Amino acid sequence: MSSLSRDDVAKLAALARIEMTEAELIELSSQFGMILDAVARVQDVNLDGVKPTSHPQPMLNITRPDVVAPSLSPEDALSGAPAQEDQRFRVPQILGEAE
Amino acid sequence: MSATYDEVVAKYDPVLGLEVHVELNTNSKMFCSCTTTFGAEPNTQTCPVCLALPGALPVVNEKAIESTIKIGLALNCSIAPFSRFARKNYFYPDMPKNFQISQYDEPICVDGFVDVEIETDEGPKQFRVEIERVHMEEDTGKSLHVGGATGRIHGAEYSLLDYNRAGIPLVEIVTKIVPGTGKYAPEVARAYVAELRDILRGLGVSDVKMEQGSLRCDANVSLKPMGSEVLGTRSETKNVNSLRSVERAVRGEMIRHADLLNEGKKVKQETRHFQEDTGLTRSGRSKEQAEDYRYFPEPDLIPVAPDAAWIEELRKTLPERPSIRRKRLKEEWAVPDKEMAAMINADVLDIVEATVLLGCDPTKARTWWLGEISRIANEKDVAIAELSITPADVAEVVSLIASGELTDKLARQVIEGIIGGEGNAKQVIDKRGIKVVNNDDELIAAIERACAAQPETAEKVRNGHIPAAGALIGAVMKDTKGQADAAKVRELLLGHLGQSGN
Amino acid sequence: MINKTAAEMADALSKGETTSLALTQAHLDRISAVDSKVKAFLHVDKEGALAQAASVDAKRAKGEKLSPLAGIPLALKDVLAQKGVPTTAGSKILQGWRPPYDSTVAAKLKAAGVVIVGKTNMDEFAMGSSTENSGFGPTFNPWDLTRTPGGSSGGSAAAVSSFQTPLAIGSDTGGSIRQPAALTGIVGVRPTYGAVSRYGLIAYSSSLDQAGPFGRTVLDTALLHEVIAGHDAHDATSINADVPAVVAAAKSGDVKGLKIGVIKQLQGEGYQKGVQTRFDESLKLLASLGAEIVEVDCPNFEYALAAYYLIAPSEASSNLARFDAMRYGLRVGDKDGASAEAVMNITRDAGFGREVKRRIILGTYALSSGYYDAYYGSAQKIRTLIIEDYAKAFAKADVLVSPTAPTTAYKIGEKVDDPMAMYLGDVATIPVNLAGICGMSLPAGLAEEDGLPVGFQIMAPAMQDQRLYQVGAALEAALNSKWGAPILSNAPSLGGAA
Ligand SMILES: [Zn+2]
Repeated sequence: MSSLSRDDVAKLAALARIEMTEAELIELSSQFGMILDAVARVQDVNLDGVKPTSHPQPMLNITRPDVVAPSLSPEDALSGAPAQEDQRFRVPQILGEAE
Repeated sequence: MSATYDEVVAKYDPVLGLEVHVELNTNSKMFCSCTTTFGAEPNTQTCPVCLALPGALPVVNEKAIESTIKIGLALNCSIAPFSRFARKNYFYPDMPKNFQISQYDEPICVDGFVDVEIETDEGPKQFRVEIERVHMEEDTGKSLHVGGATGRIHGAEYSLLDYNRAGIPLVEIVTKIVPGTGKYAPEVARAYVAELRDILRGLGVSDVKMEQGSLRCDANVSLKPMGSEVLGTRSETKNVNSLRSVERAVRGEMIRHADLLNEGKKVKQETRHFQEDTGLTRSGRSKEQAEDYRYFPEPDLIPVAPDAAWIEELRKTLPERPSIRRKRLKEEWAVPDKEMAAMINADVLDIVEATVLLGCDPTKARTWWLGEISRIANEKDVAIAELSITPADVAEVVSLIASGELTDKLARQVIEGIIGGEGNAKQVIDKRGIKVVNNDDELIAAIERACAAQPETAEKVRNGHIPAAGALIGAVMKDTKGQADAAKVRELLLGHLGQSGN
Repeated sequence: MINKTAAEMADALSKGETTSLALTQAHLDRISAVDSKVKAFLHVDKEGALAQAASVDAKRAKGEKLSPLAGIPLALKDVLAQKGVPTTAGSKILQGWRPPYDSTVAAKLKAAGVVIVGKTNMDEFAMGSSTENSGFGPTFNPWDLTRTPGGSSGGSAAAVSSFQTPLAIGSDTGGSIRQPAALTGIVGVRPTYGAVSRYGLIAYSSSLDQAGPFGRTVLDTALLHEVIAGHDAHDATSINADVPAVVAAAKSGDVKGLKIGVIKQLQGEGYQKGVQTRFDESLKLLASLGAEIVEVDCPNFEYALAAYYLIAPSEASSNLARFDAMRYGLRVGDKDGASAEAVMNITRDAGFGREVKRRIILGTYALSSGYYDAYYGSAQKIRTLIIEDYAKAFAKADVLVSPTAPTTAYKIGEKVDDPMAMYLGDVATIPVNLAGICGMSLPAGLAEEDGLPVGFQIMAPAMQDQRLYQVGAALEAALNSKWGAPILSNAPSLGGAA
């Protein structure tokens, strides 16, 4: 029986940037044992020498020419912004450093 | 009490690792057709793809693949017959998708090397820097931090985001660890980045402007005690944006690590930021745990499997390696070391070579570009390449001097005219009425006027006091508006005053 | 008028018997009359629809050559971006967002003169099989308003089955077109992966998602299929090949000599009695039309559900990272100097529903270091085995068949607290998505025990979508003559003027 503790779920929620309530964390950890048991069935098969498929269609080398096309107008680009200032997206203070 | 650099290298052996990010100079972005022009108004170069609007999909720029393969070839890498893009997942507001499309375990180029040469106490010495991988990825947007101190991220009240840069093609070039550089680690690091910059410039795949961020270096440094085989903990210094800073950052980190180790402390594995003003690094925000990027193959993109014949075609287009070319030109032109270095520093090698290829004498070409033309560029505070004077102009001026149609002094006026936009050499000469006065009668008349104006000086010369002739020659040159050949004036003057043959 | 097929409407338009404006208004009236009960639409774009209808009528009056579906009303699943029209993917996190661009599907529909009357309800980000996971409340099955229409394209299926539009677009990641088509008694096709551009389709699972058509007949569905399919340079996974001749196939409908493979693993135990009965009857009908029925073995299908519930959540955890309150959509908690990170966390908790969060967490886990090989990596290998199972099966048969869903429509709320029971409903549809091939569901009659529609699934190899229509058309004709009328004629009228 697989399981994920409340703390495991909390760690995953932090990684996924979701602020979960205590009730949500507990509910999810209680459901995860069953879900993980079900998905862990992929390990029941002997997969030695089997290649993974990440694309259902066997295609290669799909590119576009290096040609410029019109961008959105800045009005359109910012049309969905929850907040904006000086033609830029205004966001709350950023902690930490850029990568 | 901080250790001196000599003490550090006596006790520890530094190990380097360098990651360089290069913005490619493609017309359009990595995964969309937005333009890549630098310095545009904020958010004018964005689209559904590079803003990560719901539903938008990336498509790879074929030129970016070509440029990356060229870089790999120039760095002696193998080009992978099959490579793939992967998603690197982490949240950051300057990265619209909250994942970066990059490459993970299947990069396009692997296993190369770059040889660099530096001056050591024992003369020039070569070091081999091995390349682990070269891979493609995309740049992030730019944030402007408002409130708090001096636009810094710390203490800012909020930030403003501009996504024009988001999605510009980036190539990351990662070295293997570089051991055995000893006390020359800072110089090797600098020479490597310089060589890389020259190679990339030669390939024409990037603007390689460190100050604009189109070439950025992260320097990993660790120390191991002399004789030990165990690698020390490394720090990763980001934000190193000039060649000089690369050298300073490595040296600074070596000293900082040594101080910690000498005090029995541990070096923290962390990201540090180089401070241009102090030359020191400061710690980035330490994360409670190592970031888990959850890489997986990018399902929106198709694997890249470059055709072997195409790779060979690209290999044929590679220019001569910059270090080899420099050696060759130095020999061909018989340039002293110091002058060669001056040309490289002033970035005139290409333009001098182009001038020489037009038949110009290498020394003369070098002298004009490095002298008068550089001076004017400095005065105007622009790059030499931006002046409106071409190698053909310089070659013509030099040939006009050789044929006696211009004097050095007149040639300077012509150069000034060309740069001032008055046309080519012939046009400037015509417009300004510049000509060498070689007519003996005209010169004799001017000499007579000069002697008449300064009878005492003329008498001194007549009496054999040759150095006095200078003042008279000066007067003649002034009289003829500098268009006379000074040597010719001297010859005629001395003859006129009965001092011929002296 | 609204009870006619799209093909009949198109015929009436071309003969000048009606106008697109009149046709569109009739459907808008039907929406006003019944959608308060069905709740198929999240947004009805009355003005946009009437403007497009008027424009098509004007072109027709000038004698311009028009596409076959010009002037016909259609419902668009809210997962597809339509410029200037609210697009939410059924999520509160996107409430109020109006895309500044058109998805390729929307652009193709507009170019063909199709009248998009509105955006339909769906499980949030297409995660679900009942449309109960919508951030804006469930859609109700027109056959029985206490039941779900299936999902995730439940709004589109309900719109077509309740005669609010003759056609609709859905998207199918694990069965989200075929299963709701089955549960509402209409035709739904999931085209081959890469046949219809995903540009502008809000991604759930990039390697499995595919938009496709709904119609009340096989021919109508084929007509719509032809409009939306085709290569698109904006989608790197789009197939650069001619669109299979699906309309011609739907018109021919001949199965004589065709080999039809029944997948051993997708029937029997776990399938409702009435579902199995109608499926077996349909096989007999096909045999009577001259098809040869063979049994095929796909042993690895047993693991398909597990592989799907690793691959889809993994890709989703990454695809949904962009909903972060910075550039568009919902922003919650931006006060008292909260950091960007805190605002992201709070917004994503408030904006995503339970099922979406469940899948994001599952996907984050499956991709995390130390677990990747065991979960995501293994799931991708299972995918290879399923592709191989199909390859072997298609060596024996031209098309493969199964019931579309193990049961008929279930009650709203019945499985909402039991995610595993809900997931099991996708068992027969998921293998198609994992292999990237195409599949159709068409109504095979009503289950005796509950009088609700049963779906018959047909599967064909990649880019052989025309075979679906060929077999579908034959079966449809046979069923219509067996029952004496289209199955949908048994659906309740809902009190609207039908
Ligand atoms: Zn763009």
